[in-house]
Amino acid sequence: MAQRKERIDRGIKVRSDDVFALTSWREMAYLAFPRVVPVVLLFLLGAVASIYWERVLVTTCMFALLAISWDILASAGMVSLGQALFFGVGAYIAGTLNHYFGISPWLTIPIATLGGGVVCTLVLLPVLRLRGIYFAMVTMILPLMIERVIEATKIFGGTEGISGLNTLGNVHTEFLVAAVMVWVVLFSFRRMMSTDYGLLLKGINDNDRAVMSAGMNIYYYKAQALFLSSAVGAFAGAFMTHAYQFVGMPVFALDYSIIPIASVAVGGAGTLAGPMLGSFILVPLSELLRGLGGLRVVIYAVILVVCTVGLPEGIFHYLSRKYNQFERWVKVER
Amino acid sequence: MLQGTLIYGFINSVVLMLVALGFSVTFGISGVANFAYGALYVMAGYLSWLGLHSLGLPYWLAAPGAVAITAGVAAMIYWFILLRVRGLVVSEVIATFGMGLAILELFRYLGFIGFEYTLPPLIDASVMIGDTYVDAQRLCIVGAGILLAAFLWFFTHYTKTGLAFRGIAQDERTALTLGINADKVAAWSVAFGAGYAALAALVILPLGTIAVNEGYNVLVNALAVCIVGGLGSTVGIIVASFLIGFAQILTATYLETSWMMLVSLVAILAILVIKPSGLFGHQKQLEERI
Repeated sequence: MAQRKERIDRGIKVRSDDVFALTSWREMAYLAFPRVVPVVLLFLLGAVASIYWERVLVTTCMFALLAISWDILASAGMVSLGQALFFGVGAYIAGTLNHYFGISPWLTIPIATLGGGVVCTLVLLPVLRLRGIYFAMVTMILPLMIERVIEATKIFGGTEGISGLNTLGNVHTEFLVAAVMVWVVLFSFRRMMSTDYGLLLKGINDNDRAVMSAGMNIYYYKAQALFLSSAVGAFAGAFMTHAYQFVGMPVFALDYSIIPIASVAVGGAGTLAGPMLGSFILVPLSELLRGLGGLRVVIYAVILVVCTVGLPEGIFHYLSRKYNQFERWVKVER
Repeated sequence: MLQGTLIYGFINSVVLMLVALGFSVTFGISGVANFAYGALYVMAGYLSWLGLHSLGLPYWLAAPGAVAITAGVAAMIYWFILLRVRGLVVSEVIATFGMGLAILELFRYLGFIGFEYTLPPLIDASVMIGDTYVDAQRLCIVGAGILLAAFLWFFTHYTKTGLAFRGIAQDERTALTLGINADKVAAWSVAFGAGYAALAALVILPLGTIAVNEGYNVLVNALAVCIVGGLGSTVGIIVASFLIGFAQILTATYLETSWMMLVSLVAILAILVIKPSGLFGHQKQLEERI
């Protein structure tokens, strides 16, 4: 007699999938628990943390946004190895607007978010036809190239960068904006992915031929997904520029490409919440490892490889399976 | 001036070809886009430096040793990591990219930065061609490039392993029915590509210092040449490396040296817009392949 593990959805999950969930407190609590607890927890953490760790939380939120932006793009079938492109473009737009035109951060960040989305979409428009590794190659090369261009042409402060930018105020304001933004982005994009529109994007990832034969212009939708994703990335870049009060070539550094991917690998792709969970594990971890200096990138890379190969599912999928399903061993006849 | 440009353009083209050959071989055979390629290239340089200076080995021992170790590491990357995600293109890319990053940044962390990290040239002399000085090392590069390209052709056409390479490249399942172990051959092909990277490193690196960032540059150049020429096509590699090589030297001569790297990007973008499968790509359209 052999055994097989069987997974069945919990009754409460099946019931609360429907509108009837609203008839029972228990089912409402079941639905609310995994959503409300992390939100409350994050704000509580922000309230009790020291100034230093509050800054870390702000950075974490921004990396979470970058990871979410990676996941949106990947859901539409575009794997990026260069999230730093979005981050850097947003950072430079906000930085230059603030430095040369003296526009307040409360305006530069929204402008950089939309502008960064437009710029990145236009830059990547010619390569939208590519998939898989070809798209990955181009996205990997672009940030490296832009770094070179800035170095060669010495525009926007060249290798020195621009420093002395305005801040949003104190760390508490920054934390509030970052935390609110990360939850708004997470929940709205999760909602979007469960609508027909999100289904279409996932369809492009699964089988773009099928979507094409259904009469959809996939490049039009891919461009939209690209805009959404790069706008989120550009927001993170613009926000961090004002938090650091500096913009320069490091915004195109590999860190901003590798940490989001590592977060996705740890948290689990395709859920948007997984990447966020991943970055909330990895970024504070990297703060603890700060003493190791350059070795941090090595550790990230190793985590990335180990998770991609050994834990392809990701933590979030594991947790949600435990929460929504029960498991039992059943006997199978040979 | 013109003569010098032509000579240096030719040499630069051969450098690009050398750098791209290994990447293309691996991809053409096993379909693995080895993003750790640049890291393996740099690793070969550092390993032979370590062999020469830390262990005090003679050159004829240190250099082949570095090539062998690099190939071995690549085979292990395939066997222990890539084999588990074989066929999942995205995971393959992320895994190799992560490995490459780990190797490169480890060297950076260990402090392998500085002007003392140079490899000795094979022949330390310079020659006059017309009225242009060319050092012998650059001629060695040209020789090595021609030799390695020719060897690759003979190897894949006249040896059993080489024929197995082409076998799994054409149709993996059919190759399986003929008793070719696809996993083993793919591992060999990754090792073979890394070996080519190491050989390229040994002849090219004496021109400058061994630097961690060189790994990223090499990867970008290899990708550029492969995309422009068409992935998996050796003729395409040669033509594309001459196109990009001359374009780079012309930019360096008539514009500025710092614009040189941009040529690759412009070439990639242009080719992707005009003919996504590359100049000599086997795939009719990229979208059908990936």
